[in-house]
Amino acid sequence: MAALITHSPILIIAIPLFAAFLTLPIGMASKKARNALVIVSLAFVAFLVFALARDISINGIHVYTLGATSPDLTIPTGVMVPVRIILEVDGMSILMAIIWSIVALAAAIFSLSHIASETGQNRFYTLLLLMVTGGFGMMFTGDLFNLFVFLEITSISGAALIAFRTRSADTQEGGFKYIVVSAIASLMVLFAIGLLYGQYNLLNIGALAQVIQYTTSDMIALALLIIAFTIKAGMVPLHLWLPDAYSVAPASITGMLLITSHTCMYAAFRVCFTLYGGMLDTPVVGWIIIAFGLLSMFVGVTMALRQKDVMRFMSYHAISQLGYMWVGIGVGLAVLGNAELVGIGGYGRDAMSGGIFHILNDAMYMPLLFFIGGALFQCTGTRDLTKMGGLAHKLKWTTMLFIIGTLCISGIPPLNGFSSKILIYESVYQFHPILAITGIIVSILILASFAKAFHSAFMGAELPGYKAVKEVPRSMIIAMVILAAGIVFITLFPSLIVDWTIHPAADALIDPEGAYITAVTGAIP
Amino acid sequence: MMEYIPLNFPFLAAALLVGVSFYIIIFKRNLIKLIMGIAMMASGVNLFLVALGYRAGGGAPIYTDAPPGPMVLPVPQALTLTSIVINVAVLALMLTIVIRIYRHTKSLDSEKSRRMKG
Repeated sequence: MAALITHSPILIIAIPLFAAFLTLPIGMASKKARNALVIVSLAFVAFLVFALARDISINGIHVYTLGATSPDLTIPTGVMVPVRIILEVDGMSILMAIIWSIVALAAAIFSLSHIASETGQNRFYTLLLLMVTGGFGMMFTGDLFNLFVFLEITSISGAALIAFRTRSADTQEGGFKYIVVSAIASLMVLFAIGLLYGQYNLLNIGALAQVIQYTTSDMIALALLIIAFTIKAGMVPLHLWLPDAYSVAPASITGMLLITSHTCMYAAFRVCFTLYGGMLDTPVVGWIIIAFGLLSMFVGVTMALRQKDVMRFMSYHAISQLGYMWVGIGVGLAVLGNAELVGIGGYGRDAMSGGIFHILNDAMYMPLLFFIGGALFQCTGTRDLTKMGGLAHKLKWTTMLFIIGTLCISGIPPLNGFSSKILIYESVYQFHPILAITGIIVSILILASFAKAFHSAFMGAELPGYKAVKEVPRSMIIAMVILAAGIVFITLFPSLIVDWTIHPAADALIDPEGAYITAVTGAIP
Repeated sequence: MMEYIPLNFPFLAAALLVGVSFYIIIFKRNLIKLIMGIAMMASGVNLFLVALGYRAGGGAPIYTDAPPGPMVLPVPQALTLTSIVINVAVLALMLTIVIRIYRHTKSLDSEKSRRMKG
């Protein structure tokens, strides 16, 4: 068991990778065996993630050096700098990994019946597992170039999955937009990595953070990295690709794409907080992040109000939810220089905890809502909300789960969306009142638009066209119930979750002692 | 000032490639030309990376029977190789999707093949 935990960072990345290439030969022999392989490998990875999370909460940051005689030998004997590939898992990365493992498992279970009528299912699962690999890689890597490689793995498999249903033109259009935007964003990341490497001859994030100077070309690199990850996360005004790509993908993939947006957000914050750390001009960069967040919150929800396509409607809500996280964490970044405000009890730390808690909550209810959108599409054959109606008579489970998701996303107490939003409102109000006011107005608009969607899809008399509609297949309900169970768990024990996972994650980003850096380079002389 | 220009020539070329490719990506409506723009941008970034690792008069970074004198840096070359391989995959996927788009809409014009708005 101890050896398993020691090697778990690389196993978590490698198991989905090997399983991805096994799905094709096994899938040719038997469909059931392939499904079992996908589910079992993802469940085992989820188990490893939880075991690693427990280990990190006890022993602190976990470093794994690939190819070294001992996994914690970050700097080879006789060399001054870390030259090997290093995986580094701290409180923030493991929180993202927990989210990703749960959502990936739920998405795989959901896919079992959601894509059951499609051709090329073996390839679908191969791509799905590759996307899981890329996501875990982005969270765990301690190396800038590997961040780029895993970003590309996620983008390529994501684009292929968006365009998976090739029989209609709009899926191809969504996939093409996604791959073009991803290619440009990743080339920007690569250019920024080149700028940093040219100055410091280093690629390791921890080692770079120790020597970084914040010169002009460092500023250019920072701007490129932030813009690239902002594009990939889909923040307003760089969001135009997001609704197109999200609304046409199979619903299980949309749920996973949302978490890749979160992962790019995580990468942006890893760059701001850890790589540039104290060198950064924090108020300016913090306000830029807050501005992106405010714009996304407001534009996302106002665009959602006028949507008729159910998946498109939810995609705009996903953008607006991302805004809350950027505002929360942006406030933390803006006051990072002030040790009192980001210390225990300061509003900077509370704002960051709120933002990070909102990532966890959003990752539970937003994929749930996307799954329900996919279930509606599968039952009715249309994504147009105006053509649906009276579906509550037939889809009892789906209706129940939709109500839970709706109450969560609009922040109705006592559900989990409320607990993270109240944390954000209270803390960002002390930074600037307008942030909290915008947040509350946006929350009201979210409730209004979801009430409208609920009414037009589920309420009313049974429509004659939907007499034959049956409840969705069992595996789709199981996937949705997994996420709903997560929501209920967080709703019941919010303070437990905050103490165990959210505060360690926020402290890992704030990190005045630089544990992420010293874990690689040894103690600062 | 003038003596730096030959030394910086690869960087100027990389900047030119990236600039031209940005123009193509933003203003061209043909999807194939858009893909060519992205390929050019990738070449520009790759050229930038390789040029970073060059040392004036340097030899290949192989220690066996190495001639005396400086060596170029091996890491940027490894990065460039990886980046080239990744870009091949990206371009292949883009071209595949463009073929599909053409089959559905009978057009490569990004304005005419665009369905989704708002």
